[in-house]
Amino acid sequence: MVYDVAIIGAGVTGAMTARELSRYELSVCVIEKESDVAMGASKANSGIVHAGFDAKSGTLKARFNVEGSLMMEKITKELGVKYKRNGSMVLAFREEERDVLLELYERGIRNGVGGLEIINGERIRELEENVSDKALYALHAKTGAIVCPYELTIAAMGHAMDNGVELFLESRVLDISCDNGAFEVETTKGTIKARYIINAAGLYADKISRMVGDDSFEITPRKGEYLLLDKELCGLVGHTIFKVPTKMGKGVLVSPTVDGNILLGPTSEDIYDKEDTQTTRVGIEKIINSAAECVKNIPFGSVITSFTGLRATTKNGDFLITAPKPNFLNLAGIDSPGLTAAPAIAVHVSNMLKDMGLELVEKKDYTSTRKIYQVEKSRYNKMVCRCEKVSEGKIIEAIHTNPKAITVDAIKRRTRSGMGRCQGGFCMPSVVSILARELGIDVCEVRKSGGDSRIVVGKKE
Amino acid sequence: MQTKDLVIIGGGPAGMAAAVSAYGKGIRDLLIIERDESLGGILQQCIHNGFGLHMFKEELTGPEYAWRYEKMILDLGIPFKLNSMVVDISKDKVITYVNEEEGEVKIKAKAIILAMGCRERSRGALNIPGTRPAGIYTAGTAQKFINMMGLMVGRQVVILGSGDIGLIMARRMTLEGASVKAVCEIMPYSSGLARNIVQCLDDFNIPLKLGHTVTKIHGKDRLEGVTISKVDENRRPIPGTEEYTECDTLLLSVGLIPENELTKGMGIELDGSTRGAVVDQNRETSLEGVFSCGNVLHVHDLVDYVSEEAYIAGEAAARYIKGERVKNNNISVTASDNVSYVVPQRITSDKEKVKIYFRTKNELDNVQIIVSDCENVVYKAKRRKTKPGEMEYVTMAEDVLNNIKGNEISLKVIGE
Repeated sequence: MVYDVAIIGAGVTGAMTARELSRYELSVCVIEKESDVAMGASKANSGIVHAGFDAKSGTLKARFNVEGSLMMEKITKELGVKYKRNGSMVLAFREEERDVLLELYERGIRNGVGGLEIINGERIRELEENVSDKALYALHAKTGAIVCPYELTIAAMGHAMDNGVELFLESRVLDISCDNGAFEVETTKGTIKARYIINAAGLYADKISRMVGDDSFEITPRKGEYLLLDKELCGLVGHTIFKVPTKMGKGVLVSPTVDGNILLGPTSEDIYDKEDTQTTRVGIEKIINSAAECVKNIPFGSVITSFTGLRATTKNGDFLITAPKPNFLNLAGIDSPGLTAAPAIAVHVSNMLKDMGLELVEKKDYTSTRKIYQVEKSRYNKMVCRCEKVSEGKIIEAIHTNPKAITVDAIKRRTRSGMGRCQGGFCMPSVVSILARELGIDVCEVRKSGGDSRIVVGKKE
Repeated sequence: MQTKDLVIIGGGPAGMAAAVSAYGKGIRDLLIIERDESLGGILQQCIHNGFGLHMFKEELTGPEYAWRYEKMILDLGIPFKLNSMVVDISKDKVITYVNEEEGEVKIKAKAIILAMGCRERSRGALNIPGTRPAGIYTAGTAQKFINMMGLMVGRQVVILGSGDIGLIMARRMTLEGASVKAVCEIMPYSSGLARNIVQCLDDFNIPLKLGHTVTKIHGKDRLEGVTISKVDENRRPIPGTEEYTECDTLLLSVGLIPENELTKGMGIELDGSTRGAVVDQNRETSLEGVFSCGNVLHVHDLVDYVSEEAYIAGEAAARYIKGERVKNNNISVTASDNVSYVVPQRITSDKEKVKIYFRTKNELDNVQIIVSDCENVVYKAKRRKTKPGEMEYVTMAEDVLNNIKGNEISLKVIGE
């Protein structure tokens, strides 16, 4: 068959676009090289719905950030994912940094951001008792919010699939050719034909674009390392706390997550290797030092895990949304505030496709909510993960609800099983058994994540 | 709402012994709530021997030791719920648990014994840099895979941390045909029992690398290797000492943490050093009628000591329920020089002798143990050697307790 649209990449941009297109009478597929959705930057970022004062006025970032920020609350409600408008603060530690805050404030007003104010030290500590005494001023953005980035991506893709979108996992795109007005996408799992292609390949968007003869841009991975603290520290800060930004980004933040942990990070370092998601000792130390400048009394002994995200950046720093070839769209360089912007980009994409001649007719049988797999009620009373209190019912649900979890890590991202303080020490053997049973495979075939990441290597003789 | 005289949270060695002991003191309206599918807790996966030398004067395997108590529970007819997870305990002792058959159930208890045990520290808590492949497990998780499920977690193994579970697993993996390349211990000494180092490492020629740690994880899908570095006296890796070791499995045995989430939820005072509740000689916590024993209170070296502590808690809970518990004193016990913690942290009665358990911070020889009140040394004892990995105790007789001045005593250790 020939799909109307093939989207390459199942990150938040690809998933939101797929969901937007699933409203219309179109055949849509999403091609993803990993074993799950949200495996790149969408899995490992700060989870912030930015207010929109950072991006330079007139850029795509500024436009889609503000638009996306306004759409986010409604979308999260529709998808049934957590959203919290916790507000954010940008701290100034020196008198001269107050000018930077003013600049951000004015830029925010120009970009159309509501609810901004500059507050003094006294007011800062009224709102946040643990913020450093050295913070003199802050830009307080009431519309700043938080979401869980992979929860949002999984839900968006699941909703798209409930409305007919197909997802091909572990299908790396090898080449793209154009034949009689349709593209042929050659993947590691076969060839997929489509009339329109949307390149949402994150770090590899440059490589994909080159396959159709466009070498006009390059993607540089910008490495960001994070530390996640135990839920026992819930309440350390309520707002998302930033320092004044630098050229390399918004710096290390201290933020609550929607799940009640505290997140510290990211570092920011341009690197060459697009697979280098290692955490480093230097990075971890940098986070600790930087976070401690902003917030007092952080017990770093309560770190439960660390992780790294690679943000796809372009040279000029703005999102790159172009059509280098007819019927081929690039959504590239979607780094921060990409998470916030994704819903707005998705709407923009459907308008661009319409302008390119794709007919958009609304589906009559479109379902506005996700279809959750029904599990026997009693299974929800059988606890598997004791730290996060995840039941067997929730795990079975994750295995059979779109997009279906096929690995231990995929279950973890959907249910939080293994994400708590013991990091899977107790529940992993049970999760492995449930996965094997529900997928009808041998326990030895159960994988942690993609590739040959098997959990156990064989049966005892 | 259902009511019970005594509810015991956890059916591991501590919970079972506490139940048996409370029953022995006349408590009949009691219940054990266990989250796993059988009683016995972690003992069920500890199929090696070495358990019970103190309690039963013979060498048992973990399941055998568990069975001794399970049999007592069955013979006495002490009721227990399996596959039931306690999700909340309120300050007024209402316990909420869930299971498949009953859904959510609430029970109001006169007394509660907390016996939830401990969990292993994970990789995240260590902040080891590198990738996140499959093949990294805590030693206990690997033990469950191998001993309970009959599944091998890997073939070429490095073990980080020389805690007892790590040592036991070094032998276990070797016996199952894996090659254990090294056990790395960041400290200059092992925290495991001396007998385990001999029987689990030396007997199998497995090198114990003291003063070494894993500084990097390699491999994308499955673990491919680790970098091992020497550390300095401040436990910082020394640049230039990195050595790459190929392996598909890294087991972590880097410490146990008492599982006190329920305890915290009840607002019970915790000790920052033990990470368990602050208790008196009866193992009663800061919340009246709530007791704590076993590894949820502080991590023990031997299950025998867990059982012993559980007897104290069980008997005290029985006395509390019957209104016979005496509190006529309030002396706080603190850890001083070279001592990392003491249990109990309070003495609330001078009517009977009290054993104070403690651990030293370092390995010491020719040790003097000194307990003092605000004016004088009230008790002195000697040991040839102490090790952080081996718990010590001193017994304070009634007359010693009666002569304490003020309301605080401190325990310190001097050695070479």
